[in-house]
Amino acid sequence: MSKFGKGVAMLATAAVLACGTLASAQGTLRVGMTAADIPLTTGQTDQGGEGMRFMGYTVYDSLIEWDLTSADKASTLIPGLATEWSVADDQVTWTFKLRDGVTFHDGAPFTAEDVVWNIDKLLDDGSEQYDPRQSAQGKSRIPAVASYKVIDPLTVEITTKEPDATLPYQMTWVLMSSRANWEALDKDWEKVALTPSGTGPWKLETFVPRERAELVPNPDYWDETRIPKLDKMVLIPLPEPNARAAALLSGQVDWIEAPAPDTIPAMEGNGFVISSNAYPHNWTWHLSRLEGSPWNDIRVRKAANLAIDREGMMPLLGGLMVPAKGFLPASSNWFGNPEFEVKYDLDAAKALMEEAGFGPDNRLTVKALMSPSGSGQMLPLPMNEYIQQSLAEIWIDVEFSVVEWNQMINLWRAGAADAAVDGAQSINFTYFIQDPFTGLIRHLDCGLIAPNGTNWGHYCDDEMQELFAKIKTTFDPEEQTKVLQATHEKYVNDALFLFVTHDVAPRAMKPSVKGFVQAQNWYQNFSGITIEE
Amino acid sequence: MLSYLIRRIILVLPVAFGVSIICFLLVQIAPGDPLTAIMPVDATAEEQAAMRAAYGLDKPLPVQYGIWIANLAQGDMGKSIATGRPVAAEVFGAVKNSLLLAVSAAVIAFPIGVFLGFLAGYFRDTWVDRAVTAASITGVSLPNYWLGIVLVIIFSVNLGWLPSMGAGPGGSQDWKWNWVHMRHLVLPAVTLSVVPIGIVARTVRALAGDILTQDFVQALYAKGMTRLDVLYHVARNAAATALSVMGLQLGYLLGGSILIETVFNWPGSGFLLSNAIFQRDLPLLQGTILVLALLFVAMNLIVDVVQAAIDPRIQRT
Repeated sequence: MSKFGKGVAMLATAAVLACGTLASAQGTLRVGMTAADIPLTTGQTDQGGEGMRFMGYTVYDSLIEWDLTSADKASTLIPGLATEWSVADDQVTWTFKLRDGVTFHDGAPFTAEDVVWNIDKLLDDGSEQYDPRQSAQGKSRIPAVASYKVIDPLTVEITTKEPDATLPYQMTWVLMSSRANWEALDKDWEKVALTPSGTGPWKLETFVPRERAELVPNPDYWDETRIPKLDKMVLIPLPEPNARAAALLSGQVDWIEAPAPDTIPAMEGNGFVISSNAYPHNWTWHLSRLEGSPWNDIRVRKAANLAIDREGMMPLLGGLMVPAKGFLPASSNWFGNPEFEVKYDLDAAKALMEEAGFGPDNRLTVKALMSPSGSGQMLPLPMNEYIQQSLAEIWIDVEFSVVEWNQMINLWRAGAADAAVDGAQSINFTYFIQDPFTGLIRHLDCGLIAPNGTNWGHYCDDEMQELFAKIKTTFDPEEQTKVLQATHEKYVNDALFLFVTHDVAPRAMKPSVKGFVQAQNWYQNFSGITIEE
Repeated sequence: MLSYLIRRIILVLPVAFGVSIICFLLVQIAPGDPLTAIMPVDATAEEQAAMRAAYGLDKPLPVQYGIWIANLAQGDMGKSIATGRPVAAEVFGAVKNSLLLAVSAAVIAFPIGVFLGFLAGYFRDTWVDRAVTAASITGVSLPNYWLGIVLVIIFSVNLGWLPSMGAGPGGSQDWKWNWVHMRHLVLPAVTLSVVPIGIVARTVRALAGDILTQDFVQALYAKGMTRLDVLYHVARNAAATALSVMGLQLGYLLGGSILIETVFNWPGSGFLLSNAIFQRDLPLLQGTILVLALLFVAMNLIVDVVQAAIDPRIQRT
């Protein structure tokens, strides 16, 4: 070949290589999280929904997962490491068929033994692999589980304490870590934290506590549609909202979670993209139903719900909210068709208050618990002041008892009757409402009255109790949806909460971030994201 | 000098013991629950009780203190409740980063403060004095949290010259003395230096102004010394007090940069402390406060010793 020919060939090779590089290299996504630390990396994550979002369903899988492919419809359950599951006629024995050919990041095969080993990790404090930190996060998520065993390498049997059709939802919480990796690392969870191994679409490459975690794609992931296109995703804890905004605006990160509403106009003005969507979160006043509480009167509850101009609240949040029409977002499959319409109607509200015996000369005073900040609380100070002003128009005077967020959680766990609550008749608490238990049952179940559970207001109603029982004993998904809808309809028709708003999980990103579909879920799929040069 | 040093070191022991009791009790008084950080908010009362027992939080306070102090005496500061990581590793890693920040701020603040203070003291009651005094008061009065945000907006967001957060590529564990990393230090160090510049300048101004009016200065001039030689004597006389103030300032810089470290996401002891407070992470909180308090005590000790070395009269008191 002539020199010229060789030169052309070399140039052509270089061009092909360059194109190849461009085609496969899809960039690095640097994410500013709201968490103050990297979520627990060993399997069961901490740091709430954000922990599961970034360190749960990225590095790990569960038997059953959430469909995160659509922004237009509510997420439903889909097969994960289990391809199918069914319950026997006794309604307590469940069989999970496992996906064949799945391997952990360390190369070990995933089998039924691993499922049992991982559940033991959470529930059996006598087992070698029992980890108190993971147990603290995971045990309360699977209250139905009584026992479990291996049937064959690809079949697991789980028995529940009583018939409980919500088990599939509970199993979405249990993330599968590699036993082989744990054994190779001297059976030491602290070592596993630095080099964890799951079956998920991302592998943890670098971990600097409190500073950063670097995830790289798992090219052998069992679901080809979820093999990440990015070269790397870097997670950076940035708990301070101004620091988060500055990091994005100065180009140190490409994406931030929960931008402060007052920074959004500046971000949009600078070409940044704000992504948001409805998801199963709500911002309510959970009402006390103890004897003597003014909220025992349905007319007062309905009047309060009709007195709030939710649309008028939107500017406070830069438009990033969904005005509540009930306890669940109207887009939820379980919303149903309630008769009581949650809307702003001051005249109707006043009429109800007058009917209940209140008026300008006979005002009602209520005491309300709130915190000045907190995870998922949005902007509690101005929002609660807005409600205070709204309720004053229907002769309800609100006295706030303001406590710090950590203490607020304790008061929520303690319940309305606890002395520490100091007679407050409501608590402004935001909720993760993604599954039947967290979404509906735990708030109003007679058996979960605080401090045994999180029925803060001590509500107990036979009809509601029957609905909860029916949710657990209705195994057909379509029929179960109907029961869930009926339950939610009762929530709304009886105005059991002060329904205010739903968060929309805003996140701000550079315009070069492409391919993100924000699912109506607390968790998200990062695999389809690319960075456009 | 040696007996003075031994006497001062012995005095540190009861101070350290007192600090340990106070920091243990203070974190217990605050409302809140460390379990909030490690359990889902809707964990049942039974599960919470089991976890409380697992972490020894169900034991009476004196017993908890006894266990903590006994472990401490063996060099074991316990494990963080929120992260499960050893407190010693968490605290010393963060203190190292804070030390880097504090010393950088001191390197900026002390020479500038001393220079401005001397200038104002030497030209007392002139426009120079008034300008330096105005600048010092402004520096001391500016909320450094606000100043940090303003500097970020100007130099990071608008101009894009300096990074707004973090300790550089790869985090603090990959810290290197090169511009790629040091540029992350510039904005927090400058922000942190503003208050000590004001305090040191005001102290040195008062000292210099006072010393310059003393008789021995006239005597030095009468002996035919140059202005520079006289200033050297003035500086020597002012040094003991000025060093004491600077030592205290360095102590404050080490422990008092919670807001700055939060604004700049600097992985130091202030940032660690702030997270530990919000999470009610008692072992981490106790360990961080104790280490910072002991550092402050150590700083005082060093200043006292240096003072005594400069001014032998101090050893006799």
